[in-house]
Amino acid sequence: MDTASQTRTISLSVNGKSFSKTVPVRLTLADFLRHELRLTGTHVGCEHGVCGACTILFDGQSARACLMLAVQANGHEITTVEGLADGDAMHPLQKALSEHHGLQCGFCTPGMLTTLVELLNDNPAPSAEDVRIAISGNLCRCTGYEGIVAATLDAAAQMRAAGGRS
Amino acid sequence: MKPPPFSYHDPATLQQAVELLGQLDNAKPLAGGQSLMPMLNMRFVLPDHVVDLNGIAELSGISASADTLDIGAMTRQRDIEFSETVAWACPILSEALTYVGHRQTRNRGTIGGSLCHLDPAAELPTIACVLDARIEVIGPNGLRTIPFAEFPAGYMMPSIEPDELVTRVSFPLWPREAGHSFVEFARRHGDFAIVSAAAMLVVDAMGVITRAAVALGGVTAVPLRMPEVEQALVGHKATDETFRAAAELCRAIEAVGDVYVPAAYRQHLAVVMARRALEQAFARIGGASAKTH
Repeated sequence: MDTASQTRTISLSVNGKSFSKTVPVRLTLADFLRHELRLTGTHVGCEHGVCGACTILFDGQSARACLMLAVQANGHEITTVEGLADGDAMHPLQKALSEHHGLQCGFCTPGMLTTLVELLNDNPAPSAEDVRIAISGNLCRCTGYEGIVAATLDAAAQMRAAGGRS
Repeated sequence: MKPPPFSYHDPATLQQAVELLGQLDNAKPLAGGQSLMPMLNMRFVLPDHVVDLNGIAELSGISASADTLDIGAMTRQRDIEFSETVAWACPILSEALTYVGHRQTRNRGTIGGSLCHLDPAAELPTIACVLDARIEVIGPNGLRTIPFAEFPAGYMMPSIEPDELVTRVSFPLWPREAGHSFVEFARRHGDFAIVSAAAMLVVDAMGVITRAAVALGGVTAVPLRMPEVEQALVGHKATDETFRAAAELCRAIEAVGDVYVPAAYRQHLAVVMARRALEQAFARIGGASAKTH
């Protein structure tokens, strides 16, 4: 195995900021975000694509950051949970989660948020069933999901009333 | 770091990918990564080289002619799920995709990757089985086409060589008036099926079944086509009793048992899911033939 092909320099945008880094090719995107960029909001749970805690938005679409290599993000745009708020103003979904007991320990929350932001972008008026299906790939052991579903429906209503900020 | 050490290659063309796979020893093609990446993270596979196919634009795309739906191997599952062409030409495929993993995995996962991973409980291999899909494969010796019936060589093992790549999946289309259904039983939405069933039906104006295809996922080591069930349907009146009797033949399958589900329960589910798929396929048949029932 030649060592030359075991590192690469990548350039990408994360939460609107450009980064260029040289990384081992086997580094996962989740570990890159956490260890190289110190964006520890993206949580790493199962590391094989089951728990959903590491979900990020890859060119606007939800994806498991533990199932991607950092080199695959070269030239792409990533949004993590740190990129959802607008300065000090939380995303309506973040606010709604805190108001509806949509989180307790917070481990699943970053993955829930990125997944549900994508849902609300696609479908501004989801049903409770739509929300449950959207988060079927995100495990939460605290809330029983009820608060998360309620928060999403509330956030969706607020966003529709406000003219659809996403 | 979770994955083992490997050299990374990201060819921009299919030609380059084929050359790389022909030259490199112990190389693994990386499609959507929703199965290979977990296997790397758990170190179930230890490739010396990973050949990433995600930069090869020519491997993605959906097109339909009068009798065939062609889908490039690297087409994302979400793009197939949301494709109006697929919904029109091959609605059973659109239906099955809503059961494939989760939105987050369908955004990355590909049709070619799922077929090559060949999990017996996965939805796309079951659909390829019921529709007699043709799998186009390229290697150092050029292109060849494998009928799906010959595609599984064994449990999670497609009959393609390590230096070959799937390029395209072609689904022969059924007539517009055909009824279709894909149903599955899983413990949670997005889980692999414990048992899934896919059915296609054509019924004539007299209410007699003229063509039928039935396949089951999750019951045996590879997706299972049920010719005996199809024979028990064709030439018979489409009635609940016909469907019940045909589905009952699934009880004789030598189903697999595992830590979650004993074989006898899979046999039971195979009968139930086959019957439900047939009933739903029939209910969806448009036109007068369905009304006579």
